[in-house]
Amino acid sequence: MWSWILHRVTGLGILLFLAIHIVDIYLLGWPDVFNRLLFLYRHPVFRVAEVFLVAAVLYHALNGIRILLVDFWVEGTRLHRQIFWAQVVIFLLIWIPTSLLMLSPVVFGR
Amino acid sequence: MYVGRERPTGGFELFAWFFMRISGVVLILLVLGHLAIMHLINTVDEIDFDFVAARWGSPFWRTYDLVMLWLAWLHGLNGLRMVIDDYVHRRGWRVVTLTALALVGFVLLAMGTQIILTFEAPARQMAAGLP
Repeated sequence: MWSWILHRVTGLGILLFLAIHIVDIYLLGWPDVFNRLLFLYRHPVFRVAEVFLVAAVLYHALNGIRILLVDFWVEGTRLHRQIFWAQVVIFLLIWIPTSLLMLSPVVFGR
Repeated sequence: MYVGRERPTGGFELFAWFFMRISGVVLILLVLGHLAIMHLINTVDEIDFDFVAARWGSPFWRTYDLVMLWLAWLHGLNGLRMVIDDYVHRRGWRVVTLTALALVGFVLLAMGTQIILTFEAPARQMAAGLP
């Protein structure tokens, strides 16, 4: 149940960001406007939000793989609990170091 | 434990079911690559107009971004369509929400496609031969 709710919430969150991202990239048609608005993405609040965006994508990707395993692999349904815990471990192994690398310029300067 | 949506028996819904899974696999590679390049190896501190202009000088990255845009946007729109199917039942509201979804979906996909395909680096940058 929770994995399903999280899949939905992360999916909707990523879709919302993608909509904003299409608009900001469209502003490349006006180079000065584009460059002047970049302060938004460089703001510390966004740098932290960016780490959670990565978390949302990573969770959605790993949970998607789990759905595929259960849908297309005969053993997937029997092993679904093990697959879920593997998903949690892989998520933490990727997300924690990635977040530290992404946030270090914000915390320690360049 | 809930997993994926049950496989529909045919028609558009079966197509959509397969599309979500196939586009999902491709998107894992494209999006994780995109995040690694744009948010980890480079950061938002380096990315500006000149960065994107240099990057889109290469047809490879334009194609990469265009394929990613279409797959991600259609994957997301179809996901939102399923959310609407789950929560919006009144006929009038279904018409309103699904029409709005289709309109916003079309306009933003057109905007994204247009900028990826028609973007031109300014002459000063072309003349300077920047990467």
